[in-house]
Amino acid sequence: MPEDTFTVEVRQPIDRVAIFDIAGDVNSSSESRLMDAYTTATAAGASTVLLNFQDMDYMNSSGIGLLVTLLVRAQRRDQQLVAFGLDDHYREIFELTRLDEAITVHLDEAAALEAMRRGAGHGRG
Amino acid sequence: MGGDEGRWASPVRRLQVEGLDADASSLNVQGRRLSGAVQGFGPLWQKTYWIRLSGVSVEPEELIDRWKSDYPSFWPDNSHLHRALARLEPGDVAVINANQSGLRLSTGIMVMYADATSFAFALPEGHIFAGWITFSAYEDAGTTVAQVQPFFRTSDPLYDFLFSLWFNRKEDQIWHHTLRSLAGAFGVDGVVQQSATCLDSRRQWRKAGNIRHNAGVHSAIHQLMSPVRRRR
Repeated sequence: MPEDTFTVEVRQPIDRVAIFDIAGDVNSSSESRLMDAYTTATAAGASTVLLNFQDMDYMNSSGIGLLVTLLVRAQRRDQQLVAFGLDDHYREIFELTRLDEAITVHLDEAAALEAMRRGAGHGRG
Repeated sequence: MGGDEGRWASPVRRLQVEGLDADASSLNVQGRRLSGAVQGFGPLWQKTYWIRLSGVSVEPEELIDRWKSDYPSFWPDNSHLHRALARLEPGDVAVINANQSGLRLSTGIMVMYADATSFAFALPEGHIFAGWITFSAYEDAGTTVAQVQPFFRTSDPLYDFLFSLWFNRKEDQIWHHTLRSLAGAFGVDGVVQQSATCLDSRRQWRKAGNIRHNAGVHSAIHQLMSPVRRRR
């Protein structure tokens, strides 16, 4: 089984926006903690979830599958899923898997929050 | 971040097939885009098939190495995977020519990810599934386990109908055969176990137009038109 180094912390910088600070490896063993974080954010009234990948070390194809599952849950509740902090390599992986067509990618937290404030959420920071 | 460069394929706008055998068809692969689970039509499924290689000493890395090297030999006899390269490495494109009730169905895969204990296929537009298939090996209680995990939506309404009617069971047969063949290569006569989880039961009707890429339809038209092409 993959080594488990995944952590996720939830914070709410502005009303109805939750940020997931993701660290370590995102793989199949990350599922329960990622979904628990989502449940926490939803219970707190988040309408937008920002995924912060700044401290992510590694993600495999199971990790991409987890993001699709998270996306499905968010879409069911009319929530928006946004990503930031991806390096060029993982931006390419979002492009390869065409995840970037459903999860908006911003350069960093400031750009993502600015997009939220403008009510857009779209764009690439 | 990083550390896994080389394990993932680089993004590709359109698939390019090179160096195929003369008898292989790249129809429905050459020039097609990849299609992920986000782009699919039907309910989102994660199916898992696994087999325990009990009684033999084989490391997960050794098993994956053999699986990648001899991948086509573990498939059912009516399906052929043609590839230009000797091994399955990230970015490699292979075509699949399968005989289904007289129809020569042509589609393919691209190796999306590969490391020492796993590899994953991405699928082109027109394949029955939009998503990816992960092959992995791991150690559990002293025994190496081989696993196949398709994560997908059916690509279009026609495939979705066929999936509920027939292909769901057919897919099970394919992966049972593959895993039993793989275990057999290590001298194990194992039992395949499976589970299936529907992650989203809704259909994405805005993706119904994917039917224009349907590889089955394109393969049938190509086959019907072959006498005309020969006459020219």
